[in-house]
Amino acid sequence: MADPVVAIVGAGQAGFQTASSLRQEGFGGRIVLIGDEGALPYQRPPLSKSYLAGESGREELWLRPRAFYEKERIELRTGQRVIAIDRPGRRLRLDDGGEIACDHVVLATGARFRPLPVPGAELDGVLPLRTLADADSLRERLAGLGEVVVVGAGFIGLEFAAVARAAGVAVHIVEVTQQPMGRVVSAPISQFYTGAHRGSGTTISLGTGVARILGAAGKASAVETSDGRTLPANLVLVCIGVVPNAEIATEAGLAVDNGIVVDELLATGAAEISAIGDCANFPTRFAGGGRVRLESVQNGVDQARAVAARITGKPAPYDKVPWFWSDQGALKLQIAGLVAGHDASVVRGDPDSGSFSVFCFRDGRLIGVESVNRPADHIVARRLLAGDPQLTADEAADESFDLRAHASRRP
Amino acid sequence: MPSITYVHADGTRQVLDVPIGTSVMRGAILNNIDGIVAECGGEMMCATCHVYVEEPYLDRTPAQSDDEKAMLEFTASDRRPNSRLSCQLVVTAEMDGLVVHLPETQV
Repeated sequence: MADPVVAIVGAGQAGFQTASSLRQEGFGGRIVLIGDEGALPYQRPPLSKSYLAGESGREELWLRPRAFYEKERIELRTGQRVIAIDRPGRRLRLDDGGEIACDHVVLATGARFRPLPVPGAELDGVLPLRTLADADSLRERLAGLGEVVVVGAGFIGLEFAAVARAAGVAVHIVEVTQQPMGRVVSAPISQFYTGAHRGSGTTISLGTGVARILGAAGKASAVETSDGRTLPANLVLVCIGVVPNAEIATEAGLAVDNGIVVDELLATGAAEISAIGDCANFPTRFAGGGRVRLESVQNGVDQARAVAARITGKPAPYDKVPWFWSDQGALKLQIAGLVAGHDASVVRGDPDSGSFSVFCFRDGRLIGVESVNRPADHIVARRLLAGDPQLTADEAADESFDLRAHASRRP
Repeated sequence: MPSITYVHADGTRQVLDVPIGTSVMRGAILNNIDGIVAECGGEMMCATCHVYVEEPYLDRTPAQSDDEKAMLEFTASDRRPNSRLSCQLVVTAEMDGLVVHLPETQV
């Protein structure tokens, strides 16, 4: 029998890690890694942080140099798009007419930016921030900008705002909800960051939508808000979330519901097709027994390792503690666990000092910890959440309670 | 260019010239050195670029930040007194000749 072939659709962090981990696990067959962007597989987090700020260069974004793929016999195909999965024929169809016969497909297709559905969104100067090309375009324009309107106060919008403010640009953020980053952080963290951004001179309008983008000669010049104000803008950054790239899964008859639906082994309804990373909707105890789709480096990397282990004959349910980070100016936010759905929270430390953590509970059980410039709490939280935390809110709030010792007592 | 020696867990040595201003982690990644994973890309989030600095060179490396000390609690291999995150070892002229040992595992 011929060596098996694994085709990985998507050459982002999760796709790259799948290929790399397959080799580490001793997989000897053919690995094809297909990405629709032209560049070598790269890290996305710096695109809204150090790379955007001009503090790091392109070569620092590459996950590995080109020679890595040759050495590991990973057939890297950049600038190619998979347009269909032919399940009966066990092959992928590519946009250039080519086909790849394969035994296992790993869908690591990621997500794409969600466009703003208003008139004027097509004007020049209305930009997303998702890809290296997006970041290059923003980096080029950043220096000469007078005023920027950021639509959406999520991680990306706030990280961009911090970099733009530091570059001397006037920034106005409009956010349709009352709570920046509200989908993923607790109220105290949201309020703290809102205050910090305002403190560095960024204007934030909460509860404010965008009615349309105004322009002259095809170029954006202002944003008209839902409450009728006109905010001047040389550039409008749209970061209102992403859409998972799940179309080829839908067309192949696989279940899709806010991402490609997989089981605890990260397999779709077809055992030979897996989905991981930003595009995958998976069950997890960290979401109270529900399902989630997570957009993070940790999730992509750990799920890639899990799938590589399964393909090489070591299947195990995926059960990693989710963690995230966001650098906004000098304030590093680190999150362990998933805090959505918490019914109680306590603060450890003094927010006024710029270093504190919020411990979030549901039904008396610790489900997530958000730390601002307090990495030791974050590390302890990752430990605790991996097992049964058995931490009370009173203990968490008491700075004299030794969290580290508590974590080392837990199995 | 300063010369940095990476000693694998099995004892094999690889010697690289790493430019001043580049981290020991990035030097390894760019040169395909197995044994440094660097999952977070140098953000002090993952502790997968753990190295042991050989004793004579310890005082030529920059001091540890609180962030680094905290992350070193999360290494997959034993933390020792000479444990460092190689993303935080930005190469200087004084570090020429530095020898770092790679742990058994990073994850």
